[in-house]
This record gives sequence, C-alpha cells and structure tokens, in this order.
Amino acid sequence: MPSLWELTARETVEKIKTGETTAEECVLSIFERIRQVEGRVHAFVTLMEKEALEKARAVDEKVSKGKPLGKLAGVAVAVKDNICIRGTRTTCSSQMLENFVPPYDATVVEKIKGEDAVIIGKTNMDEFAMGSSTETSHFGPTHNPWNPSTVPGGSSGGSGAAVAAGEAVLALGSDTGGSIRCPASYCSVVGLKPTYGLVSRYGLIAYANSLEQIGPFAKSVYDCALFLDVIAGHDSRDNTSVKVPLKDHTEFLKEDVEGLKVGVPKEFFGEGVSEEVEKCVWNVVYQLEELGAFRGEVSLPSLEYALPAYYVIAMSEASSNLARYDGLRYGYRIGRDEKDWSTVYSKNRRVGFGDEVRRRIILGTYALSAGYYNKYYLKALKVRTLIRRDFEAAFKKFDVLVGPTMPIPPFKIGEKIQDPLALYMCDIDTVPANLAGLPAVSVPCGLLGVLPVGMQIIAPPFREDLILQVGYAFEQSTTYKDRRPPLG
Amino acid sequence: MKKRLISKEEVEHTAWLARIELSEDEKALFTRQLNEILDYFQKIDEVDTEDVPPTFHVLDLVNIYREDEVHPSLPAEDVLKNAPKKEKRFFRAPSIV
Amino acid sequence: MSIMAAPGVKIGLEIHCQLTSLKTKLFCGCSSDYRDREPNTLVCPVCLGIPGALPVVNGKAVECAVMAALALNCGVSGRMFFFRKNYFYPDMPKNFQISQYDRAGGVPLAVNGYLHIEVGKKRKKIQISRVHLEEDPGKLVHLGSIDQSPYTLVDYNRAGIALLEVVTEPDLRSPREARVFLQRLRSILEHLGVFDGGLEGAMRCDANISLAGGTRVEVKNISSFKEVERALSFEIMRQKDLVEKGLAVERETRHWDEARRLTITLRTKEEEQDYRYFPEPDLVPIVITRDFVESARAKMPELPEARMKRFVEEYGLPGYDAGVLVGEKALADFFEDCVKLYHEPKEVSNWMMSDLLRCLYENNLELPESKITPAHLVEMIRLIEEGVISGKIGKRVLPEMVLTGRRPHRIVEERGLVKITSRKMLEETVERVFAENPKAVEDALMDEKTVHFLVGQLMKATGGKADPQLANQIILERLKEVMKKKQGK
Repeated sequence: MPSLWELTARETVEKIKTGETTAEECVLSIFERIRQVEGRVHAFVTLMEKEALEKARAVDEKVSKGKPLGKLAGVAVAVKDNICIRGTRTTCSSQMLENFVPPYDATVVEKIKGEDAVIIGKTNMDEFAMGSSTETSHFGPTHNPWNPSTVPGGSSGGSGAAVAAGEAVLALGSDTGGSIRCPASYCSVVGLKPTYGLVSRYGLIAYANSLEQIGPFAKSVYDCALFLDVIAGHDSRDNTSVKVPLKDHTEFLKEDVEGLKVGVPKEFFGEGVSEEVEKCVWNVVYQLEELGAFRGEVSLPSLEYALPAYYVIAMSEASSNLARYDGLRYGYRIGRDEKDWSTVYSKNRRVGFGDEVRRRIILGTYALSAGYYNKYYLKALKVRTLIRRDFEAAFKKFDVLVGPTMPIPPFKIGEKIQDPLALYMCDIDTVPANLAGLPAVSVPCGLLGVLPVGMQIIAPPFREDLILQVGYAFEQSTTYKDRRPPLG
Repeated sequence: MKKRLISKEEVEHTAWLARIELSEDEKALFTRQLNEILDYFQKIDEVDTEDVPPTFHVLDLVNIYREDEVHPSLPAEDVLKNAPKKEKRFFRAPSIV
Repeated sequence: MSIMAAPGVKIGLEIHCQLTSLKTKLFCGCSSDYRDREPNTLVCPVCLGIPGALPVVNGKAVECAVMAALALNCGVSGRMFFFRKNYFYPDMPKNFQISQYDRAGGVPLAVNGYLHIEVGKKRKKIQISRVHLEEDPGKLVHLGSIDQSPYTLVDYNRAGIALLEVVTEPDLRSPREARVFLQRLRSILEHLGVFDGGLEGAMRCDANISLAGGTRVEVKNISSFKEVERALSFEIMRQKDLVEKGLAVERETRHWDEARRLTITLRTKEEEQDYRYFPEPDLVPIVITRDFVESARAKMPELPEARMKRFVEEYGLPGYDAGVLVGEKALADFFEDCVKLYHEPKEVSNWMMSDLLRCLYENNLELPESKITPAHLVEMIRLIEEGVISGKIGKRVLPEMVLTGRRPHRIVEERGLVKITSRKMLEETVERVFAENPKAVEDALMDEKTVHFLVGQLMKATGGKADPQLANQIILERLKEVMKKKQGK
C-alpha cells in the first residue's frame, strides 16, 4: 500500500475528490517524507509548512462544501527559488537575494494557486540559474536521491530531486539551456521545457530572457501534461507570451506512436557523449520502432556551434539582467556606505554574487562591449538563425527528434566545479532547443547501475502534444516510472 | 602558448563596467578562466554567416501593446520592505560624487 | 544675456520631452501624474525593477510619438525595436534604460526630419537626425549641492515615464537659436496635444557644443528654456577662453550646475560610457504600417505653421504678429478665444502682443500661470470702446487683471478709474491748470504744437481719467478764448 507521498498528481486529485483521502493528509505525508530524507537530499531552500497546511485545509473545506475543485486540488507542488511567491523569500540560491521577499506572485504561481495546488516550499538551484549541477548554490549543493554523492543536475536540481525523492508530487523549474531537462534526466523524472512563449515569464527572475521558460517536473508523463496545461497560457503582463489555442495535452497520450517519424540527429551523439549513454538511448529508439514509429537519421550541422553561441547569448543577456542587483532597492548591501555609490555597488556585487555568476556577468559584459559586440553577440545571434533553419528543415522530414538529454551520467559532486568549461559541455544536447525556442522533454530511459539516463524528445513550436505522446508511449512500455531511488 | 584573448587590464576594466569588485587573486584566476572560455567561444567564427540575419526574437510576434489605463501601484509598505537602507519614504543611496 | 561673437559655434541638442498627455508610464500601468506626490508611491514591480517583472509597451505612447515624428517632418521607420542602454546609476531601477538605438541593427522610431525657426528676420532650417521613445529614470534628492551630500535619497515615482527624445544635427549657431528652437519644438508638441511645457521638468536637454572646428563638449542637465541660453553661453565663453589662452578644449561630458551657473566636468574621455546596446529581449518589435502613419496624420490637429497662416488669412494679422502668437499654444488659444467673443482680431492682438506679453515677462509668468481670462481682456477692450475708460487707463488695469484675475469692471469701479467725460468738470480743471501754468499757456498761444504739455498737466490733475479727445478740445477752446481776450484788450 503506497504512502500518500508516493501518489501521482492524478491519483492525489482523484482520491481527494472521492473522499478516499484529504488534502491535509496528503500534505502531512509529504512533510513526513521531507523530514525523513531532506537531510540527505537538501532539495529545499525554504519550506512552507504552515502556509501549505492552511491551503490544504482550505481545499478540504471546499470538498466538504461540495464546491468545484481545481485540477491540482491538494497536490504538493515545489517551486524553484527563482519564481516569485508573494510574502515568501525568493533567493535564487544567492546571497544577493537571501532576504528578498517579493511583493507579488508570478503568473504561474497565481495559476497553480487558482487550481488548488498546495505549494510546499522553494527549491534549491544553481545561483541565478547559472549551472548544470546545483553546485553553485549559496546554500550548498542538492544531492542526487539516486546516489547522494552525485549531482542532481541543474540548475533546477532541487525541483528534480524533490520529485524524485517523493518530497513533492510536482515541481516547477526553469530551463534556459537545459535546466529542467538535465535534472529530470539525472533524477529519473519527467521534465519539460515548453515552447518559448507558451508559459508566462512574469515573475521568473531572469537569467537569459530570450532563452528561458518555466516548466513542469513530474513523476509521470500524464502528470507532466496535466501540470503543463495549468501553467500554460497567454499573459498580457509578458510581452513575449503568445496567444495560441490551448490544448488538453492529456488527450494526446496514447500507448503507441503508429506512423510517427522519429529523427535521430547525428550531432546529438558527438564526441562528449559516453558510450553507455549512447547505447541506452539507441535502445529507446529501437523501442519506439517497435511501437510503430519510423526512425531515420538526420544531420543538423549548425548544432556543432550551438553551445558557444548559447553561452555568448546567455551571458550577454545575464550581464544586463543582473545589473539591477546593486543593494539599493533590495538585495545584499555592505554594512557601511563610506564610499561613493559606484564603489559600494561593486562591493555589494562582489560579496552578493558567487564566482560563477561573477564570471558570467563579466564575460557577458565583455561580449557586448564596444568593439566586441559584432564578433560575439551579433555573431551568436546569426548562428542562432542557422540552428533554427536546421531544425525547420529537419521537421519537414520528421515529427520529432530524439537523443540523449545529457552526454554523461550524473557525476560526483565537486568533480567538475573547478573547471567551468567542462561543466558547460554538459549542456551540449540541451541548448539547441532553447536557441530555437522549441518544446523539449526529458523522460527516464535507463539506469546505469543506480545512475539515471534520460532521453530527450524535441518537436516543432507548440507541438508539446507530440513530445508528450512519444514520451508517454515509451514510458508505458517500460518500468522506469515505477522505480524509486534507494533512499528508504 | 595561445595568444591571450583578454588581458588582465581588460578584465579589470570589464569588471568595472559591470561594477563587480575583484581581489587580486580573483583577477588572476578570472583572467585565466575567461581566456579559456573565450577561446572556446572563437568556435563560432568558423561558421559562415554572410547574409544570415540575426535572430533577436524567436517569436513572430509584433505590436503587442497595453492600453493607456491606470492600474493601482504598489502599496507604500511593499515598496520599501526590501530596502537595505531607507530614510522616510526614500531609498538611501551612497553619495553621488 | 547676450553672447559675444564666437567663431564657428556649432550646437546640437538632444532634447527629452515627457509625453505628458499619457495617463500611464511607458512600460507599466502606474499613473504618470507623479508631481508633488509622496515619494515612491507611484511604482510597481515593473518600473521599480523588481526581479521577475516585465515591461509592456503603452500603445498610446507609440501613437503620440509617431504624430510627433510626422509633425517634425521625419520619415517614420517601418519596423523597430527597443534597445537596452546599459549603465549604472542610482536613479536607474534596472541599471539599464529601455530606449532605442540607430546602430547595431537598431532602428529608431523616426529619422531625418527638420524644423524651421525664425531668428531676427532670418528663417532657418534645423535638421533633426532622429526621434525615439525611451523611459525616464527616477529622481535623486540631495541634501545640499551635488558634490557635498553625505548620501543621496532616491524617489522612483518618475521612473518609467515616457520620454520622446529629439536629436538635432549641430545646425544651431548660438544660444539664442537654441532657445528659439526649443520654443518652437514646445509649441509644436503642445499643438499636437501630447505635451504640456508648463509642467516642471517636462522638457530637459543636453547639448553638444564646439567652436570653429574644435573639440565637441557635451553639456548635460539643462532643465528649461531659461537655463539653455545661460548654460550654452557659459560653455561657449569657457571654450573661447581656453582657446584664447592657447589651451586645449578637452573632449568630455560636463554637467550644468544651475545653482552656481557653471559647467563642471562629469566624465572624461577615458571614463566614456560604453552602453553595450543590444535589443531588448522582453519586448517584441513594433511594425508601423503605412495605414497607421496615414491615420495618425489624419488625426493630427492644426500645427503652428498652419495656424499662423490661418491667422494671417482669417484674421488679417501681420505675419510677425501671427508668428508671435502661435509661438506658444496658450497664447494662440487665448487669442482665438478672445476673438470669438469680440470680433476685432487686430485690436486683441495688439493688446496681447504689447501690454499682456510685457506684463507676463515682467512678472516672470507664463500665460496659463496668470489669472487673466479671454472674457476679461475682451471686457476691458469693450470698456475702452464704450468710452468708459481711456486706453491709458486700460494699460493700468491690465496688470491687475493678470495678477489677481479680477474683472476689469470691478477694478475700474473700485479705483475710480472711470473716464471723465463731464465737460463742466473738465472745464473747471482746465481753469486750474491754466492758472497754475501761465508760461505754458503763453508757449501754447505762440506754438500750438506745445499744447501737449498742458494736456499732460490736465491728465495728471485728473489722474489720467480725462477723456483725452475732450481734454484736447477743451484746452484748445480755452486757448482760443484766452487769445481772443488778449486780442480784445
């Protein structure tokens, strides 16, 4: 008999609706689980037990009064700590915002509250979302529940680990260069980056605004589809938010992929990809063929340049997005203002930001500066156009493209952190989807010992239905979703 | 020995532009690391982008406006709540020289 | 203040005008009515730069900006986007300003326009290189002057207000031309209905000045028309002084200190700002179709040039007078309101151009700040027409109307200024005047042209209230009588 914390979102909502359990019981079970494992996992920066129980009781009252319930009634949701929640500190895992309390809710938070979800806490991340391992957090790293000496991936490592460890039923993350898909892959959960513009960014503390989206983490593809539908939708407060007819993505989930054309880009299996990962992912491709898909190889030559282009763009935008952190209106400020404003700002930012953040800001500033703008930033944007064109051409022949999410399995904490470039290389297969603004999902597809491997599925813009369909069909044909990390 | 793409002085100047103070050790470390990373970035030079327009926005959206209608501003207590230093209703900045 | 001739002066202006007709800020829904408010009460996550907040463009601002660009004879761009101008300063909530740029793939709202100005008798064309939209920063409040305060207080109520930036080519040749240009620009924008120049801080400018092919110096922080002549004059003198001493003029940015009336170094070439412009990722591009431009053009109200022509044609005013009246929208409006009530445009125009303008100037007032209304001016003119008061009395009543807003009727009654038309009373006074000024009478008998002295004395004796014509007549009659008597003797 599974504990309440082990239920999926779908199951939780059903059981609450039928009265088999209550929202309060579910949330108490979650916090019990958190007490059990959080010491080892460290997925959270802030726990919101009081607020969560209040909300759970409110949901239960609705049930008792026969009022209509939201789609996520009683479901415990963890929120990445770069998404603003009014009245709760939102830190971006940085000393700079250690005590920052937003005066407003992000649009996605308004939406999930509106659907009766229970927000249980803010999850750990790489500082300001800059990283692929959640090791740059000012509050210490998150540990991969499958093997706590390894990284959970990043930058939404806390969200991925929380769902994997049963500390949350669903979680929100953000993905700028792979920051949802990477932890999903490393923690063996489902993580989806929506098409750019599908989910409002209002309330997402920006790192690289032309690249990032908020997206769902879930234990199953169904849950992921359900959660996506809650957070998707046009927002007039976000100028880059699109008006598209909203789909019910759960309706597209079938157990076969009959007739679907699956492309396998050869560039996804480049030099840095380990043999074991490659083998694992190819097994998936064969499996999809068994399920009725057509497979074909394809080449997107410009993908070779995706990683450097991504970093130039991301760092440039970041250097500007993070300029506001000067300790004047909010944020870290040194004790005494003995000097002029320029010096005080420089000192505030020296202490408030960790090494990786400072490195990226300086690089980004350099890439935009007079004399270098054309060489770096503008050039990277042109490479971006080539990448979009390559995808467009590939999607004329294939419905979806697949490959590994990460080139290597989860590595040890501390192994790569001293070598920034080595860490950047981990993003090699995830950044192209951000550059082109395409929807992409990572679904669990294997275990190397206890170390999870994830498969990435990419589709044309606003075709989340395709990636979820493929993900679902594969998921239903394996048992990975039922595996649990050995946490006890 | 590869040619240095960014000198220590340039790192200092860029750090000043970005208002981030660096210690002497950090300047040395960052100069080395930034050179490595910039060296990797040179890769984008290899690809021919003649006649390729830059992608500034991935979306095809244009002309998304809002109406010229007043919405309530933040209540005063919320505005200064996070301010590290304030005076009456103002934010307090270090001196402008 | 006049400026001595300096060879080859070249002045270019960069003017920031708030689009004061907008109800909200450029990128958020906060009210734009920030003057005299408690600090930091008109801010929201967007204009305060709170993490996670995003800008959305005020559509009306784009409309206003396009109309302004058309009024300035510019070519409006078909497709443009906003850029970030990155620099740190405490009045900047995000430490970047959302603006527009004309390089690096950027296209501003409008380019290549012009304005005509009249300086003395000359008509000159001043080229406008570009017009674009950007947001205003917040306000810094110091204790004492800028280089003495221990710390600075910041109020972000103004942050995010929509600004129209107008940049000219260096076609201006003197501080006076610069001021005339600004007045012209103000009049045009006011006629468009997008701008109210009377609001404090609504128009600010920076200037670029060089002498005879020398280095260009930028002067920032010029906050009003009055300041522009002072600031430019000072800077020209400063540069001229250096040149005469054989010293180099540094290429730099200077700050105009209004209180101390001088420019001081703000930034040298070494510290020159690198703004690292790049397109604003949070805002999608703006596409301005031909239809949009034409519909904006159709909506445009009458502009000063056209209004001036109409004043000449419809009211028969001389060109010069028409030009002065349309120089300020408030004046032109006041004029037309008067003429609606009293169909003597030349009469109204004369009173406005001479006494009214002079009175305003002497009291350092703008017309909307004064208390006089069109109805009252017309009433006063009617009182003169009806013979209740003389023109001279009118000149005395006008300033009181301007300063207090009281009706001319009231003023005349209370001060007993009604014109004296009673023959009997005047004859009595004439007797007295003649008795007191025998020599003048003798002079007048010999040479009629000197009679004005006696008239003057009569006016003085009656406190200016004597009907001048009648006074003249009576004096002449009396002189004839005196003459007769003498001859009769």
